[in-house]
Amino acid sequence: MTDTGTATLKVARYRPEKSTKPYYQEYKAAYRKDTVVLDALNQIKAEVDGTLAYRWSCRMGVCGSCGANINGTPRLTCATFLHEFKGRTITVEPLAHFPIIKDLVVNMDDFMEKLVRIKPWIIRDKEAPPEEGEYKQTSEQVDKYSQFSSCINCMLCYSACPVYGLNEEFLGPAATALAYRYIMDSRDQGKQARFPIIHELEGVWECTLVGECSVVCPKGVDPMLAIQKTKILGATEAGKSLVKPISGLRAILLPQGGS
Amino acid sequence: MEHFSHDVLIIGGGAAGLRAAIAAAELSPKLDVAIVSKVYPMRSHTVSAEGGMAAVLRDYDSLDSHAYDTIKGSDFLADQDAVEFFVREAPREAIRLEHWGCPFSRDPDGRISVRAFGGMAVKRTVFATDKIGFHLLHTLFQTSLKFPSVHRYDEWFVTSLLVDGGRVEGVTAIEIRTGELVTILAKAVVIATGGCGRIYQFTTNGWIKTGDGMALAYRAGVPLKDMEMVQYHPTLLPNTGILITEAARGEGGYLVNKDGERFLKRYVPGKMELGPRDIISRAEMVEIREGRAFEGPYGSYVHLDVTHLGEAVIEEKLPFVKELAERYVGIDPAHEPIPVRPGQHYMMGGVHTDVSGFTGLPGLYAAGEAACVSMNGANRLGSNSLTECLVFGAAAGKAAAEYAQKQGKPSFGNPVQGLAMTEEKRIYGQVLKPEKGERISAIRAEMQTTMEKHVGIYRDENSMAEACRILGQLKSRVRNAVVEDKDHVFNTDLVSALELDFMLDAAEAIAYAALDRRESRGAHSRVDYPKRDDLVFMKHSMAYKGPSRPRIEYSPVTVTRWKPEERVY
Repeated sequence: MTDTGTATLKVARYRPEKSTKPYYQEYKAAYRKDTVVLDALNQIKAEVDGTLAYRWSCRMGVCGSCGANINGTPRLTCATFLHEFKGRTITVEPLAHFPIIKDLVVNMDDFMEKLVRIKPWIIRDKEAPPEEGEYKQTSEQVDKYSQFSSCINCMLCYSACPVYGLNEEFLGPAATALAYRYIMDSRDQGKQARFPIIHELEGVWECTLVGECSVVCPKGVDPMLAIQKTKILGATEAGKSLVKPISGLRAILLPQGGS
Repeated sequence: MEHFSHDVLIIGGGAAGLRAAIAAAELSPKLDVAIVSKVYPMRSHTVSAEGGMAAVLRDYDSLDSHAYDTIKGSDFLADQDAVEFFVREAPREAIRLEHWGCPFSRDPDGRISVRAFGGMAVKRTVFATDKIGFHLLHTLFQTSLKFPSVHRYDEWFVTSLLVDGGRVEGVTAIEIRTGELVTILAKAVVIATGGCGRIYQFTTNGWIKTGDGMALAYRAGVPLKDMEMVQYHPTLLPNTGILITEAARGEGGYLVNKDGERFLKRYVPGKMELGPRDIISRAEMVEIREGRAFEGPYGSYVHLDVTHLGEAVIEEKLPFVKELAERYVGIDPAHEPIPVRPGQHYMMGGVHTDVSGFTGLPGLYAAGEAACVSMNGANRLGSNSLTECLVFGAAAGKAAAEYAQKQGKPSFGNPVQGLAMTEEKRIYGQVLKPEKGERISAIRAEMQTTMEKHVGIYRDENSMAEACRILGQLKSRVRNAVVEDKDHVFNTDLVSALELDFMLDAAEAIAYAALDRRESRGAHSRVDYPKRDDLVFMKHSMAYKGPSRPRIEYSPVTVTRWKPEERVY
């Protein structure tokens, strides 16, 4: 298997001013061992077809702009190497479950609205004056939320989530992981404000434990774990108030439970 | 033409812009604040910062020590009043960021940890493993969401400032999703668009770093200050330009040549790997020139060796270094050294401002890498820039908000409306018009190789004169270049053309300012004038837009307590 060659990229195109339907266009791109799909797209854009539209910036897996479905799997184009495909045609499509604006560019308004809903900021009765110094936090306390603070909002988890695909009201993996990140932060006092939001009908209880969100996350975040932990916290609360749906409790106990 | 109106409009949604927005919103909830950014705020290039941010938070440290290190690092070109303001505000900004939820790394007693960084006398750089930029950006962005008075224009590209009667009245911007050009009126505008690293061929900077705000201000008559001061960072991955953080050396990593020698003993014996970036980048160039570097498919390089730190320290303190080295070089840094070479990283220069962020043009403010206060002078110390974004972002946001409180509501009448219509004609009538011609990408590539070759680490008169000549040609050629995509919807080809136009302005300011500074100071290293010349050149260059080329003037450096001395480490 050689690490260099010419790859064929079959790229999904959608130009709403030109055609009402998406179509595919094939491009060739030279590659070496360290060429990523994003490099190929850039090569095409610069030398072959300036009309191709996609988002990117950091090219080092941290800005979260460049997600696409590559051979059906949501991945960052800056972290997917051409040589992995060993000369087979590589299909590049926009992330699934989002409206397409143009070519590989999807509309993520829905997530941006959900992000605000979970109140992703430290909630306290009163912010201490800076003169009093930092809020102390041990490494163990940091560890409780640390992985969930690593979300880069790349949307791969929403693209992988079959529940979100069926029901866009579902709060979904990244937003829930972020809500959990703040709930578990020892500096935060906003649990009561956030609980109603993530325990509404379309919150955590919709998750059916498929777990694809955690598989595709490029930063090692485990949104499914956050969702399950939130359910357990919710179930504990439910014991007090009896407002939580029973179907949710079944989902904890029966991981194979239906969708 | 559609128009919107706000009290304070901030261009850019990175660290400086978000901090400015929060400062303006905190001043008064009645103020209508808006952020316009060509990307979603969490994509801003702040996200790529790795090592940490400097602030005096320990008893063993002092504000004077931080100030002196910064001024010496700047090779005595920084304005010392700006530096004193900066070090004084830095601890408060670090603590506020912690209060807002930034997941800082912690000491056993629960305090924020500090690490060593280049050019700093003591450990004063606070950090969140090696992803401070990412965490800082998301913390600020998420915190900004709690202010209902902060509106956002995500993925809108600002094309011009609207200046009438000697003051800024707003901007024109393209809503990228629809392609529509609109006017956003504002009583005060803050430029926080970051640097322009993409002018260079080999850079750590993301694709979006195209100097938009620098060019916007420059075209509105505001000078660009100290643009010749371009920082090269010593440790980039040779194939991609991806940054490997200085924290790798802060934690104890070595730079080694092909003879297995820690070569910095010949250049910065007192500091070794914790020397300032300008000196270490030049040291690597000398090693390369004298044949003591490794040769690879992407040119010459040296080794950054962290193997002796052990897997546990790398996992805990440098997980992103590990991730990047594994993914993009295919090595485990716990067992193999990382190949690195110097490359463009940061602009010390930028839009001229005073300590409050005011540019001199009523209604216009700037902060962060886009601005030049100046606190970085001829060379910035690592981990000062994120703090700079917070300190001066907050100052500029507050100053802009206070100014806006005193102004009447701008109206969409003439001449502002006329200016906006002219801008619409420029973009849709001229930039998009050519059907056949050179590609934008070809001109961009030539600009990048020109800057790299002629206005890089080592510079001389003839080479820079050549750069100025080529840039002049590129500016004419870009007028006839073809934007292949004629769509309205999400036309990234058009945005690239406008970005290239901005970059050429910034590139010219860099090249002409560099040509006229006939001395060596900090990052500006001339083989034909190898000595620092305080008598003639201890002053800021000020590049003004002229009819055919920049006009370079000078302004004095503010010295408060630290007299210039020879810069040895």
